[in-house]
Amino acid sequence: MFDYQFFIEVLVGGLLSGVMYSLVAIGFVLIYKTSGVLNFAQGAMILFAALTFVSLLERGVPFPLALLATLAVMVVLGIAVERFVLRPLVNQPPITLFMATLGLSYVIEGAAQLLWGAQVHGLDLGISDTPFDVAGVLISQFDLFAAAVAGALVALFALFFRYTRTGLAFRAVADDQFAALAVGLRLPRVWAAVWTAAGIVAVVAGLLWGARLGVQFSLSLIVLKALPVLVLGGFDSIAGAIVGGLLIGAIEKLAEVYVGPFFGGGIEAWAAYVVALGFLLVRPSGLFGQKLVERV
Amino acid sequence: MKIFKPFRLAAVASAIAIASLLPAKADEQFFPLQSYRVGPYAAGGTGFFGGFIDYLNLINIRDGGVNGVKLTWDEGETQYEVERGVEVYERLKNRPGVAAWNPLSVGIAYAMIDRITKDKVPLITINHGRTDSTDGRVFPYVFPLLLNPYSETSGIVNYIATREGGPEKLKGKKIVVLYHGSPYGKETIPIYKLLADKLGFELEQIEVPHPGNEQQSQWLSIRRAKADYVVLRGWGVMNPVALKTAQKVGFPVDHIVGNVWSNSEEDVIPAGDAAKGYVAITTQASGAQYPVLQEIIKTVYGAGKGNLDDKKRIGSVYHNLGIVNGILNVEAIRIAQAKFGHRTLTGDEVRWGFEHLQLDPARVEALGAKDLFHSINVTWDNHEGDGRVTFQQWDGTKWKVVSDWISPDWAFLRPIIEKSSTAYAAEHNIKIRTSDDAPLSQ
Repeated sequence: MFDYQFFIEVLVGGLLSGVMYSLVAIGFVLIYKTSGVLNFAQGAMILFAALTFVSLLERGVPFPLALLATLAVMVVLGIAVERFVLRPLVNQPPITLFMATLGLSYVIEGAAQLLWGAQVHGLDLGISDTPFDVAGVLISQFDLFAAAVAGALVALFALFFRYTRTGLAFRAVADDQFAALAVGLRLPRVWAAVWTAAGIVAVVAGLLWGARLGVQFSLSLIVLKALPVLVLGGFDSIAGAIVGGLLIGAIEKLAEVYVGPFFGGGIEAWAAYVVALGFLLVRPSGLFGQKLVERV
Repeated sequence: MKIFKPFRLAAVASAIAIASLLPAKADEQFFPLQSYRVGPYAAGGTGFFGGFIDYLNLINIRDGGVNGVKLTWDEGETQYEVERGVEVYERLKNRPGVAAWNPLSVGIAYAMIDRITKDKVPLITINHGRTDSTDGRVFPYVFPLLLNPYSETSGIVNYIATREGGPEKLKGKKIVVLYHGSPYGKETIPIYKLLADKLGFELEQIEVPHPGNEQQSQWLSIRRAKADYVVLRGWGVMNPVALKTAQKVGFPVDHIVGNVWSNSEEDVIPAGDAAKGYVAITTQASGAQYPVLQEIIKTVYGAGKGNLDDKKRIGSVYHNLGIVNGILNVEAIRIAQAKFGHRTLTGDEVRWGFEHLQLDPARVEALGAKDLFHSINVTWDNHEGDGRVTFQQWDGTKWKVVSDWISPDWAFLRPIIEKSSTAYAAEHNIKIRTSDDAPLSQ
């Protein structure tokens, strides 16, 4: 007999895991929206942010100060990336910019380990990961906290894009870089601001993922979880990142439990990519992505 | 002046590069180290290679080398990647006086087997590697010292049986093996099946895809299966995530038993309170209270030559594994020198030393390693050497030994190992050594 309660438990667990994927995906979306670049260094930025934060904490810096200092470091990193990597590559093809972010990811990973060492660190944010029972389904408090943080982040970005001058500039650049330049928007400043925003997202994702995995090199590998989310939700939609994350989280967990046994298990990593690939074939711009229309 | 600093650094780098090309002196024995100090597994690499180098330094500083033969080494960074490991092998293999290779990587070790066999230099895969390389009749140059994956499996099942009150009490119990989705993780699938058949316990084996940073579905399946015990056969980030997810689904942590690559501080510290009570197998105890550790602290770190940047890691699991690995390598050289002379040995002569590496508890105590590890008894056809295992429990701050030294069921395992090694020999057209051949093959 089909165990509905177990099904719901797997589904809920998958949805909550998906929220964590969305946190990573949002960082990608921010940069893609404004510059058309798939920032492969987002994972390295998450590692760098988490490692900086936990290293400061371990050196006796109080939590709020460590958080502020990490945010400041990520702002400086964002500005430096724009100044020394992106600005010299203006007007280069997207593949060149993508390769630059690929190289950047190795540089950031190496710098993080050089600066803070290669040790594995525990990170306790003071939020319990013990489950509580809701009608027979165990739900983790930490997962709910992560979902609330992701929700708050999306709400903040929505307000920022709609009601601030910088946010409007982001949207203008996202719509048409050349038109934005023509009306006097300073592209380098917008790019620096957007990399800074991606850095702030990296701090949030780094802290939450770091508390879950420990702060270690593997944090940079979580970008692999974000890629199918982006394909499904669309590379330029924050709402898409959230919905895509939820869908991918749920699909991979259900696939592992109900389909995995027919293939010997261990399918969840590639099941997400199978879905993403299928989606790419029928809807290349994703669920919420902007359809690209080019005049020829 | 600051502007000359880059030139000074360049001059030092050039001197090191030139020195590395020069041949070793006649009274030196060289260890090429395929280390990994950056990348995803750097924590394990810095600990293990740090411990190994600390012990070699101790022998050089305290004893002036092994019978006057100074120990030297050079490191090549692999980041735990196979192709880099092979590149380091090709770069360092022609250095004079190569004693043995110690990559601490299943992938790199696999890629080196044919090469080291051709070059006649021992390959040491302490606690890991191919199980069937235990059979020295087929793998004369490979030494999975102390513990191969099958012995580890048997040791873990024996430990669970002890906790349940004897092997007969395992009947009807359910054991889930949660394994890393890699050749390393899958290596023990058949032996768990055989042991389940033999002892009558129910078995389920669940794969976690690499790297293992999400395990919600696997642990929900474990809870649904009503497992009595979970054996964690993990690696890297998979281990703390397993412990945290077990807590999330309400599985008792003291019923999770970790394998030898799930037993370090790096596996439990990131899991925080979720790891408190977790038990794992080991071949060497952790802690710095052993005389050999105290000597290293006094002599090596006292002289400012310690290899670990963070002195708090002295006596950690990987550091102590590196020290034990150092003891075994040095003693193999010492044993070989007793036969071939107090001089730089060839790789084949060092192999002979490993094939006669017999350290009983009294000798282990004399080396300052009593209770650090038990003993080893390597022979020409048994390259593992009947290592004993013990179990340690994490109390939130440190590991505490919670069992005696346990023997795996070697008599049960040997025919299975020989079946596999014989098949390998047939496949690769290898002549199986006999006891008559053994002394001649030196």
